[in-house]
Amino acid sequence: MTRSFIALLLIAVLLALVPFMMDDFFINLCSQILCYALFAVSLNLIVGYGGMTSLGHAAYFGIAAYAVTWLHTVAGWDHLTSAIGAVGVATGTAAVFGVLALRASGLSFLMITLALGQIVWGVAYRWVALTQGDNGMRFPQRPAPFGIDINGAMSFYYFSLIVFAVSVYVIWRVVNSPFGASLRGARDQPRRMRMLGHDVWMIRWAAFVMSGFWAAVAGLLFVYYQKFVSPYAVSLQQSAEVLLMTILGGASTLTGPMVGAIIVTLVKNVASTYVERWNALLGLIFVLAVVFMPTGLVPGFRRLISRKKPAAAPADETATPPAAAPERAS
Amino acid sequence: MIPALEITGLSKRFGGLVVTRDITMRIAPGERRLIIGPNGAGKTTLFNQITGDLRPDAGSVRLFGEELLKLRTKDRVAKGLARTYQILTLFPQDTLLHNVVLALLGLRGERWDFWRALRRRSELFDLAHDALTQVGLGGSGDRLVAETSYGERRRLELAMALAQKPKLLLLDEPLAGLSQNERNAVSALLTTIPRDVTIVMIEHDMDVALAFAEQITVLHFGEVIVEGTRAEVVADPRTREIYLGE
Repeated sequence: MTRSFIALLLIAVLLALVPFMMDDFFINLCSQILCYALFAVSLNLIVGYGGMTSLGHAAYFGIAAYAVTWLHTVAGWDHLTSAIGAVGVATGTAAVFGVLALRASGLSFLMITLALGQIVWGVAYRWVALTQGDNGMRFPQRPAPFGIDINGAMSFYYFSLIVFAVSVYVIWRVVNSPFGASLRGARDQPRRMRMLGHDVWMIRWAAFVMSGFWAAVAGLLFVYYQKFVSPYAVSLQQSAEVLLMTILGGASTLTGPMVGAIIVTLVKNVASTYVERWNALLGLIFVLAVVFMPTGLVPGFRRLISRKKPAAAPADETATPPAAAPERAS
Repeated sequence: MIPALEITGLSKRFGGLVVTRDITMRIAPGERRLIIGPNGAGKTTLFNQITGDLRPDAGSVRLFGEELLKLRTKDRVAKGLARTYQILTLFPQDTLLHNVVLALLGLRGERWDFWRALRRRSELFDLAHDALTQVGLGGSGDRLVAETSYGERRRLELAMALAQKPKLLLLDEPLAGLSQNERNAVSALLTTIPRDVTIVMIEHDMDVALAFAEQITVLHFGEVIVEGTRAEVVADPRTREIYLGE
């Protein structure tokens, strides 16, 4: 308890000091990592804790980015109202898509989320009047929360850090709440959970909507950072990347997706300047992780450490659950 | 008196295979009913229709006079229905206490609490501890299910069902896979369940089951063949025919 508190404090101090240790390029990179880390943590709510693997999560991320841009530049709303409106639109989309996708589970669920994500991508790409298609939309000016200018690399980093910290705190509360326990229960034994009186469908749907909400918040960070949004934000590539982050780092742990986001973003931005085929490098990392740490890096390293110290508690609370019993069609 | 469970004309077929054929049964409040029959007789299938895992083609299932078939499983549970599974259906990576807490949450509004930490809910853990104590696992609450023995898991199944304070408890082979000692312990435990819980049990261990049950129903090919008191069913030639062949 106290040890993890000290670790948390250390990480917080380290994160707060980042801008004093790096140049603007790396500070911006860190802002980007925070954005993707939140995106991955949001996806992890359904992938890790809910056992529902989605390949369409970029939809809510990208819809929020598009919506805030459209509301601000075309409809002329102010920053705060556009941001709230955009998160509302994206969360509403998640609510509707959730109803559609949750008619199925497992692989079918994955395919439906993929299809829904591709519809959003199609709209972004083809409905030129709304989205300006391939050209994308410019977001002219970052907001100034409480009058504070966040155009500089350092100030934007702190802005991202605050949004990230608050979001992750709330998600952490949810994960440890009775609802979080029910969500994991519905992942491991859906049939039993029904027999215990739980509304498995509603639990999953609520998690799905929450997951979309936090993806939308990450989408806001994304468009504020880039000052630009294009169909890439809602593409399958984007959905696949965030899923990779989640699984690579370790789904069903809170820190796993963050570690995954760090690795993937670094490989994308840093390694790509030295290695032309950075995608292959990413693939190699993923293959190695799957072979040696199939539950992800964070649980994998945790297990390594606890094996070195046999005195430590043997139980690994984050171990992936056994495959849930296949659900009977009713 | 309104029966605790009243099944009328229940039928279910999978294509050409009839798994439940016009079953009618009345089980009085507080009764201990045993359902026996050879493998494939449709015993578990009957349970699955009572709980809502399976939708019957025709018939009605009433719990204290209230029709269950239109309700979803979770709503039937809220009416006072609980069951244990023949194939253990637990949360192996969690502690015994956590398993029972999940059972408790199923019937409580707190399950929609998104904010307050579950582990701070000491009242839930106290209740869970009581349920574990009831089945003789009071000292093992903090162990993971994965680390417990098969017999302990069987007891946990029971604790989860009992924690919900059901009116009707369906036990699907609660003694399956247990050693003789464990069988005796669990069957002793079953006799301690108060009479305000009606129990329907599927069981193959005749020594234990016959001692426990007052009324027995024999199923064969989805059909009720014999029904009556212990003595009547044992004496009935059809029972012998089904179990021993002609």
